[in-house]
Amino acid sequence: MDFGSINPAVLIASLMVASVPIMLAALGELVAERAGVLNLGVEGMMIMGAVCGFIITIQTESAFAGFVGGALGGAVLSLFFAFLTQVLLANQVATGLALTMFGLGMSSLMGQGFNGLKPVQTPIVPLGPLADIPFFGRVLFAHDAMVYFSIAMAGLLWWVLKSTRIGLILRAVGESHEAAHALGYKVIRIRCAAIAFGGAMAGLGGAYVSLVRVPQWVDGITAGAGWIALAIVVFAAWKPWRVLIGAYLFGGITVLQLNLQVAGSWIPVEYLSMSPYLITILVLVIMSSGKGRAHNAPAALGQNFHASR
Amino acid sequence: MLRLEKRPNPSQFWLFATPVVAVILTMFFGGLLFASMGTNPFTVIKTIFWDPVFGEFAFYLRGQLLVKAGPLILIALGLSLGFRAGIWNIGAEGQYIIGAICGAAVGLAFYPTESRLIFIPMIAAGLLGGWAWAMIPAILKTRFNTNEILVSLMLVYVAETILAKAATGFLKNPEGMGFPGSRNFSSYPAAANPELIAGSGLHWGGVAAIVIGGLAYVLLARHIIGFQIKLSGQAPRAARFHGVSPNRLVVLCMGISGALAGLAGMFEVTGPAGQITIDFNVGYGFTAIIVAFLGRLNPVGIILAGLIMALTYVGGEMASTNLGLPSAAIQVFQGMLLFFLLGVDVLTNYRIRMAGGK
Amino acid sequence: MLRRTLLASAALGLGLMAATSSLAAGMDKVKACFVYIGPIGDGGWTYQHHQGALAVQAAYGDKVEIAFQENVPESADAERVLTTMALGGCNIIFTTSFGYMDATNAIAAKFPDVKFEHATGFKRDSANVSTYNARFYEGRAVQGLIAGRMTKSNKIGYIGSFPIPEVIMGINSYYLNAKAVNPAVELSVVWAFTWFDPAKEADAAKALIDQGVDVIASHTDSTAPLAEAAKTNGAVIGFGQASDMSEYKDGPRVSSIIDNWAPYYVKRVGALLDGTYEQADAWEGIAGGEVEIGEITALVPAEVKAEAEALRDAIAAGTYHPFTGPINKQDGSAWLAAGATAPDGDLLGMGFFVEGIVGDIPQ
Repeated sequence: MDFGSINPAVLIASLMVASVPIMLAALGELVAERAGVLNLGVEGMMIMGAVCGFIITIQTESAFAGFVGGALGGAVLSLFFAFLTQVLLANQVATGLALTMFGLGMSSLMGQGFNGLKPVQTPIVPLGPLADIPFFGRVLFAHDAMVYFSIAMAGLLWWVLKSTRIGLILRAVGESHEAAHALGYKVIRIRCAAIAFGGAMAGLGGAYVSLVRVPQWVDGITAGAGWIALAIVVFAAWKPWRVLIGAYLFGGITVLQLNLQVAGSWIPVEYLSMSPYLITILVLVIMSSGKGRAHNAPAALGQNFHASR
Repeated sequence: MLRLEKRPNPSQFWLFATPVVAVILTMFFGGLLFASMGTNPFTVIKTIFWDPVFGEFAFYLRGQLLVKAGPLILIALGLSLGFRAGIWNIGAEGQYIIGAICGAAVGLAFYPTESRLIFIPMIAAGLLGGWAWAMIPAILKTRFNTNEILVSLMLVYVAETILAKAATGFLKNPEGMGFPGSRNFSSYPAAANPELIAGSGLHWGGVAAIVIGGLAYVLLARHIIGFQIKLSGQAPRAARFHGVSPNRLVVLCMGISGALAGLAGMFEVTGPAGQITIDFNVGYGFTAIIVAFLGRLNPVGIILAGLIMALTYVGGEMASTNLGLPSAAIQVFQGMLLFFLLGVDVLTNYRIRMAGGK
Repeated sequence: MLRRTLLASAALGLGLMAATSSLAAGMDKVKACFVYIGPIGDGGWTYQHHQGALAVQAAYGDKVEIAFQENVPESADAERVLTTMALGGCNIIFTTSFGYMDATNAIAAKFPDVKFEHATGFKRDSANVSTYNARFYEGRAVQGLIAGRMTKSNKIGYIGSFPIPEVIMGINSYYLNAKAVNPAVELSVVWAFTWFDPAKEADAAKALIDQGVDVIASHTDSTAPLAEAAKTNGAVIGFGQASDMSEYKDGPRVSSIIDNWAPYYVKRVGALLDGTYEQADAWEGIAGGEVEIGEITALVPAEVKAEAEALRDAIAAGTYHPFTGPINKQDGSAWLAAGATAPDGDLLGMGFFVEGIVGDIPQ
C-alpha cells in the first residue's frame, strides 16, 4: 500500500474534524442510553440542529449563537420524544424512528429560503506559537473550538459518569428503574433531562455539519450521520472514552479511504468505500470477543417506567 | 394533577378506538399545519385519507396500497419475532437489498429462459440471500458476543455499496449501452413477479405477506417456539430455566427476519421495481420497524399498520402532486400521525385518574 | 384528440382523463408536470429542474399549469406517481432522472395521449416518449482548460459520484482538455459512491487537497467541495456544479457549469401549445443554452479567461469537439483516429478512461 503522498499529520487533523458531528451526537445518545432510554431519532435531532443552527447564524452573523441555537433545536425536538415515551409510555424504538421522519420533514420546511446562503466562518482557536510546532501543531493546535469541545465533553462525561453523584444516579436509573425509584429518585424527570441533553448534543453535531463541515443548508444535509452515531454508542460499549475512539476510528477510515483513492491505491474503490463499516464491525468483534463478558448495555435500556405506587 | 393507572387487562374498547382517536387528532393538528401553509386543510386531509380508497382514481390507487404495504408487512412480520425476544435487527434494509440482488442474479443468470420454473429458485435465492446477510450479525452475536444492532446497521451500508456495484457492474444490462441498471424483469416474463389480477396491485409478494402473516399468528399463538420467543422477551432468566437456548433463538429470529426481508426484496425487484438500480432500496427496511411496533408486534396489527403506512405514502403523494404541498410537509404529517398513534396507545393499557392522595 | 383520449383510457379500464380542451392544432391550456428525484432544496440537480419548471410558468402564464412531485424514488413509486399524474390530467410529464427510464416508457405505453419527456435516458419505446439530455462534457472541457492553466502543482482532482457513462465522460473531457494546454498535468479521481452526502464530499475534497491537488471539479451535488477549498485561502480553486454556486464567487469558485433546463422546457411546452410538438431526442449543449458556463472570476488571468471563452465559443459554434482524435483508451488501444470526433453513441455508453488517467473505473 502506498502511503507515500499521504501526510500523517494532515490525515489526523482531518479525521479529528470529520469525526466531530458523530462524536457529539454519540456522546449525547450515550447519556440517554445510560439512563435507560433508547432514542433512535438521532438523525432527526441532528438535522433539526443543523437547520436551527444555520438559520440563527445567518440571522445573527454569529457562529456561537448558531451552535447554541442548534443545541436548542435538537433539545426541543427531543422533548417530543421525552413526552411520548416518558409520560405517555410509547414504545421507544418506534417513537425514535418517527422522530427522525418528523425531523427530516420539519427541517426541510424550516430551511426553505435558506438555500444557497453562506454562514460566517467558525474561527480557528488562535493558539499562537503552539500551532507552529512541527507535526503536533498541525494535529492538535489548529482547530476550531468545537473540536476541542467534543474532546472535552468525552472527558467530562467520562468523569461525570464514573465519579459523580449525578453519574451514579443516571446509571442507577438506567440499570434498574425500579430500584432507583425505590431509592426515591425521580426516574421520569432524570430520563427526560438525559433525553434533552442527548437532543442538545445531537443538535450541536448537526450544527457542526451545516456551519463548519459543509457551511451551507441543503435538505438532508446530515445524510445518515445520526445512524453512525447510534452505532458508535454500541461500539463504545456505553463508555465515553470509547466513543472518542469509535468516532475517530470511523472518521479516520473514511478519510483514509478517500486519501488512498487519491493516492492511487491498488485496493478496488468499492472495497475502500465499504471499509469504514467493515473495519468498525471487525474491531468491535475483536474487542467484544476477548473478555467473554456480556456487552454491558444498560439493563433497563429501551424499557419504559411506570411507577405503580 | 392527572396520573396514569395501569389496567389489569388491556382495554378491548381502546384497543380499537385508539387508532381512530389518533387519526382524528392528526387530522386536526395536521390541518393546522396545512392551513398555515396556505392550503385548504379539508381538501388535503380528504386527499390523503379518502381519495386513495374511495376517490376518483381509487380503482388504481387501492392496488397501489397493496404494492406499497406488501414489503412493509413482510419485513415487519419477520422483525416482530426478534423484537419480541429482545433481538434487535435494525438492518433489514441491507437484508432486503441482498435478497433482491440474489433473487435477480439467479433469474438473470438464466436469461432468456422461458420456463416459469425459474421463479422457484429465484424465490429460494432471495430467501437465502437475506438469511445469509442476517446470519452475519447472528453468528457474530452468538460466537463473539458482538452487538447485533451495530453489525446489522453497518451491513446496510455495505449492502448499498454492493448494490451500486451490481447496478454498474456484475448485473448491468449488457444491452443497456453502458448505463447502470440490470435488465428489466417486465420484459422477461418467465422470471417476473407480475400483478396477479389486473389492476389489483396484488403480486406474489402480497400473497406471501398474507400467508406468512397467518403462519406467524399460528407460530406465536400455538407453537412452542412462539412461547419461547415471548418468554425470552419478557423474562430472559425464566426462559433459560425453561431450557430456551438464547443462541438458538438469536439464529432463528435473525434468520427468519433476514429471510423475509430478502424475500420482500426479491418480490420487489422482479415485480413493482422491475430492475436492480443504484438506488433500488427506498427505506422499507427502516419503515418496517415502525410498522412492526405500530402493529404492536402482532401479525394482524402489523398487516393493518402496513396498510395505514402505505395509505399515508400514497395519499401524501397525491396531496403533494395535486395541491402543490412540499413533500416535507407530508413527512411532517406522517411523523405527527405516528406520534399520535404511539402516544394515544397509552389508553389501551392505562386509565387516566385524577391524582388523589399521592 | 379529446375523443381518442377518452376511448383509449376507457379501453384500458383506467377511467376518464380530466377533460382538457385540446384541439388538433394545439391546446389552449397545458398542464405540465415534473417528477423530481430529490427535494427542490437540494441546491443542485433538482433545484435546476425546478427553475426550468418555473420558467415555463413565467413564459406562458395562465396558459400552463405546473405540478410537481419531489423525492420520488427510482422504483415502483415512480410508476405510481407517473400514473396518477397522467390520470390527473397532465398533458406533458418531465421525468428528471435517469432511473425513471423504464417507468416512463411503461406508463407512456398506457397513456398514448400524454407526452412524456425523460431526462438523460435513451429509450423511446412509444411515439409519445421523448428524451433530452445536456452535453455537460462540453462544460467539462472548458473547466479542464482552466484547470490545466491554473494548476501550480500540476495535480488536478475530480470527485465522481458513481462510475456511470455520464460521469466518466465528464472526467475524460476534463482531463483531455487540461492535458492539451498542460502536458504535465495529472488527474486524481475520487469516487464518493453517493450523489449527495455533503460531509463525505467535503472529506473527498479535503483528501484531494491534502495530497497536493489545487484544482477540484466535482460531479456530486453539494457545495461542500467548494467550501473545503475556501478554507485554503486561495491556494485551491474549484467549480460550481449544476447550479452557479455564486456564493463562492469571491472565493475558490472560478467558474461553473450551470444546468439550464429552462430553454428546453419552455420550447417543448410551447410546441404543445401551438401544435408543433413532435417526438424528439434532444442532446443540447452550450450552443442550445442548456449548458451554461458561469462567469469566470478575476482569479483567472485575463489571457486564460479569454482562452476559456474562446474554447466555449468554438464548442458552441461547432468548430471544436472536446473529444477530437487522436485519442487512445487507457489501455493504449486506439479509440479515435487523428481528426475524428467521438460519435454520440460512444459517448453515451462510455465505460473507459482515456490514455493518461491513472486508476481503474470500479466495475
